[in-house]
Amino acid sequence: MPATRAAFRAVRADVEEFLFEYAALLERGEIARWPDFFTDDAVYQVVARDNAESNLPLGLIYAEGKGMLQDRAYALIHTEMYAPRYIQLRMSNTRVIAVDEPYITAETSYLLLETLIDEPTRVQQTGKSFDVIRRVGDQLLFKERKCVYDTVLINNCLVFPV
Amino acid sequence: MDTIESTYQGNAPIVLPKGLTWPGDEMQIPDWIYTDPQVAALEQERIFLGRHWNFVGLECEVPNPNDYIRSFVGAIPVVVARDADGAIHVFENRCSHRGAEFCRSYRGNGERFVCPYHNWTFDNRGKLVAIPFRRGVRGKGGMPDGFDMGEHDLRTFHVTTHNGVIFATACSDMESVEDYLGPEVLREFNTIFPGAEMKLLGIHRNTLPGNWKLYQENLKDPYHATLLHTYLTTFGLFVTSNESNVVTDQQGRHCVLMSRRPQGRPEVAKEEQADMQAFRQTMQLKDQRVLDYFREVDSPWTGSAITIWPNLSALRQQNILNTRLIVPRGPNELMMIWAVFGRATDDEAMVRHRLRQNNIFGPAGFLGIEDNEALKFVQDGLTRSLPRHGLAMLGDDREPVDTIITERAIRGMYRYYRQVMGF
Repeated sequence: MPATRAAFRAVRADVEEFLFEYAALLERGEIARWPDFFTDDAVYQVVARDNAESNLPLGLIYAEGKGMLQDRAYALIHTEMYAPRYIQLRMSNTRVIAVDEPYITAETSYLLLETLIDEPTRVQQTGKSFDVIRRVGDQLLFKERKCVYDTVLINNCLVFPV
Repeated sequence: MDTIESTYQGNAPIVLPKGLTWPGDEMQIPDWIYTDPQVAALEQERIFLGRHWNFVGLECEVPNPNDYIRSFVGAIPVVVARDADGAIHVFENRCSHRGAEFCRSYRGNGERFVCPYHNWTFDNRGKLVAIPFRRGVRGKGGMPDGFDMGEHDLRTFHVTTHNGVIFATACSDMESVEDYLGPEVLREFNTIFPGAEMKLLGIHRNTLPGNWKLYQENLKDPYHATLLHTYLTTFGLFVTSNESNVVTDQQGRHCVLMSRRPQGRPEVAKEEQADMQAFRQTMQLKDQRVLDYFREVDSPWTGSAITIWPNLSALRQQNILNTRLIVPRGPNELMMIWAVFGRATDDEAMVRHRLRQNNIFGPAGFLGIEDNEALKFVQDGLTRSLPRHGLAMLGDDREPVDTIITERAIRGMYRYYRQVMGF
């Protein structure tokens, strides 16, 4: 861990800045650039909390490697049929758990709000992300991102990633 | 012990809700069957509590003695429990005292269910085993002298299993589930459930703002596959020229869509491409592993989507194996419980292969998103617009089974539905 409180807070600020840019990209709908936030060998999972707590490995989304993320991004842009929607991805309560350069382990609460045409805004998903972030030069990238959602009974479907 | 018996009498008079009439043309489906609360209530009685086997779960969801899960028969919450001797029981998740839905966890292990309100206690066969203060306190209060514990067990369903799949019925003289499926459906069913030990990978759950029958239709409808699901055509997983079969049971209530994916990319004829708006000839997945197929059953078909009336869909697509339990929640909503599994013999690499491939299905899957969205669109149209009958005209009822631009299976299902409902 960093030697001083100030150094530790600097790491948390870096992580928050990175997460907020990630959320902003998704909120803008720039899904094509979504995979750029991950390392080539990244593992990305969205897992229901009851599965996680029962040691069941199934992912709502389960991607090994950037290629699978690029394939999902391509599908969302070019092949998938879904109602248009705005999303807001709130991230808060970020805690840096460990720093072992170049890796930072952090946990963050998240809330995904969706707004569809002629419908009130709804909570689509809320949960906690468990992230291993790699520092590459002056850039941060997800090496592992595991989003465990409390919203086990999904409202219809999850279109955009968290 | 009380058993839930079907209240449906086969000779019950036709009770079409007032003002509703079924269209004379068999190619038309009235929209009130998707929206009318009285129809939905009748379906509970005649279909889910009627002469049918309801899917309630997989044995691999309750692998050990005293394991249990929450489940549903129609809209009715039930518990599926394995007792200490290994037998499986299905009983209402409703305390026999004041009616509380007592089991509040998705899954667990225990010999006793204690209703939290007044601590009435049931065993995992549904039998009432303890009532606190049954004799009152200091000779005052308590249950009347003639109270018989045995009359207040949880109401149970009749249970059967086939190769790891658990079914329940309220009907006391049901045929075997094998006879219920019929030989052709059973043969395909056994390619998904050959009796080999299954390993649960996890559960997806979602609501869907649409009538439960829309999901049965969706999986009896090969017409939409290449039109809605352009992921399939874009990445060469399925095209209409793939060899396919649409097979139903004799009564038209169950259906199997079988298809064979050729080795490598399928050829798509020019005329087909013109009909598929989003076809892209040249796309390749960046990660091709997702489409790998490891042959694991003795079947000429690489995919098999089975609908078992009234509430089960079972799927084998490449190496994806899953069941979908359809739970009606009033006329305008269903809940879907997906159980995704592999085989007990899978090594770690195979488990990961299945997990990668499962991105295609589920409520965030490439096909799952589209089906759920499309069915929502349908229900929105049915509930918001002026009444108008829907159409199911494609194909011919006497066509060869390898015709896929057809709605034959949907028509067949509604012929059976009308018979059961008395419409």
